[in-house]
Amino acid sequence: MFELLGIPPQALFGQLLLGLINGSFYALLSLGLAVIFGLLNIINFSHGAQYMMGAFVAWMGLTWLGIPYWGALVIVPLVVGTTGVVIERLMISKLYHLDHLYGLLLTFGLALIIQGLFRNGFGVSGLPYSIPSQLSGGTNLGFMFLPNYRAWVVVASLIVCFGTWFAIERTRLGAYLRAATENPTLVGAFGINVPRMITLTYGFGVALAAFAGVLAAPIYSVNPNMGADLIIVVFAVVVIGGMGSILGAILTGFGLGIVEGLTKVFYPEASSVAIFVIMAIVLLFKPAGLFGRTA
Amino acid sequence: MADAARKLDTSSSALAVRDLQAWYDESHILHGINFDVAPGEVVTLLGRNGAGKTTTLRAIMGLIAKRAGAVQFEGRELIALPARTIARLGIAFCPEERGIFSALSVDENLMLPPVIKPGGLSRDDVLTMFPNLRERLSSQGTKLSGGEQQMLAIARILRTGAKFLLLDEPTEGLAPVIVQQIGRTLATLKNQGFTIVLVEQNFHFAASVADRHYVVEQGRVIDMIPNTEIQTNLGKLHAYLGV
Ligand SMILES: Nc1ncnc2c1ncn2[C@@H]1O[C@H](COP(=O)(O)OP(=O)(O)OP(=O)(O)O)[C@@H](O)[C@H]1O
Ligand SMILES: [Mg+2]
Repeated sequence: MFELLGIPPQALFGQLLLGLINGSFYALLSLGLAVIFGLLNIINFSHGAQYMMGAFVAWMGLTWLGIPYWGALVIVPLVVGTTGVVIERLMISKLYHLDHLYGLLLTFGLALIIQGLFRNGFGVSGLPYSIPSQLSGGTNLGFMFLPNYRAWVVVASLIVCFGTWFAIERTRLGAYLRAATENPTLVGAFGINVPRMITLTYGFGVALAAFAGVLAAPIYSVNPNMGADLIIVVFAVVVIGGMGSILGAILTGFGLGIVEGLTKVFYPEASSVAIFVIMAIVLLFKPAGLFGRTA
Repeated sequence: MADAARKLDTSSSALAVRDLQAWYDESHILHGINFDVAPGEVVTLLGRNGAGKTTTLRAIMGLIAKRAGAVQFEGRELIALPARTIARLGIAFCPEERGIFSALSVDENLMLPPVIKPGGLSRDDVLTMFPNLRERLSSQGTKLSGGEQQMLAIARILRTGAKFLLLDEPTEGLAPVIVQQIGRTLATLKNQGFTIVLVEQNFHFAASVADRHYVVEQGRVIDMIPNTEIQTNLGKLHAYLGV
């Protein structure tokens, strides 16, 4: 058995995989935050709660309606995204003429309410959601054992992240979004319905969070605090990557997941703070973040 | 003059503006703008800095929240409509600051405004009209020179099918050859049946392309001079414009 710097390869690759999995969630969630921030200029503090809703709605769909995992992957983002659309129409849209801080406070308050409701309804012990049968088990790669579901999470996140990147950076619809991010007034003067675009963009960002929630359900137990714990790290990821950069959010998400995993191998004591230390260093030298545009 | 304009029959106008008022927050900027534009005409708004020319175009386009009066376009009242609806009725706007998007390539900038009715220029027509743009299609929009950005700003609204153009100082800060090129473009557009409201500071340019000139001062239209009578009114115009 070969060893790397005294680290058994199983441990190294195991932690790398764990880092990639965490990175998959960081990337999906910070991507949603970046898309929302780009156009709406608000930091969506309810993002973690909406991720948690994704996991819960998947659980409800399976338990109450018999909707299997694969159906949930499509239906849940639509359902939770729709709640986002309603929230934007009824509440967030009323705040655009005020300071951005109000949007932040509103979404923060919403997060507390949503989490409170789920805690009341389901308790905090967590609900099980089993891995779909097609993805149970794993593959022996020789140097490590790769659980199939975890591999799927990484692949699914990569596909959705880069699909979103492509849609925003390379398509006509994406050009509308980028233009409206830069100068919504002029885009409106060309006859494009910018308020509707803002609503749908928020819905899409929320749907991304919900998609991450469905992916997470079989790995982590479905519980009302799952989003609150994760979102703190995701905000640090966003700060490191730079607000509003699509590619930056994706690359930073995966990159920091891996860095965190490696820290667990080489210096486990620091693993829980590694991302925050990086955040502090980045803030010192590049306050706008690694990929951020300075206004 | 204001009364005479008010009595004008608006039914034959492409655009009829009556007693248009506009405010930025509490400051009252337009105090009753009156003018008409006939179909196929090129009309200028002349006036000193801060007279309210840009504000007039923005108010017509629905870009100023607090506005009052009447703006009739092809018989429809626009004063209460949002900008996107006004655009969809067939008015295209080219802002003073040009509004080229830095997050978009030249090509994406060109293709951004949606086609709102048939009869606009094709992408190829537009690129034939502005050959400089063809070689720069994949560049970042804001990497173009000032003149090229101005051409792009005009080019992109010609595709939409809107035949009524509001152009805010398209020659501002540009070299004489480029000003000439834009002049030729406007003449071509007029021949193709476009109707144009042009805000200008460059009086000689205005005289070379327009049918009539409205003089704006302190938020009011204070005079109208047909281009054919411009020579006999030079003294008056110089006094208005302080040139
Ligand atoms: N966003 C704004 N907020 C407050 N006041 C404004 C704003 N924009 C313009 N103004 C004021 O409105 C008046 C008219 O401005 P406007 O831009 O319409 O003038 P203009 O005739 O286009 O001038 P220029 O030839 O310099 O472009 C000016 O006094 C200006 O200071
Ligand atoms: Mg102006």
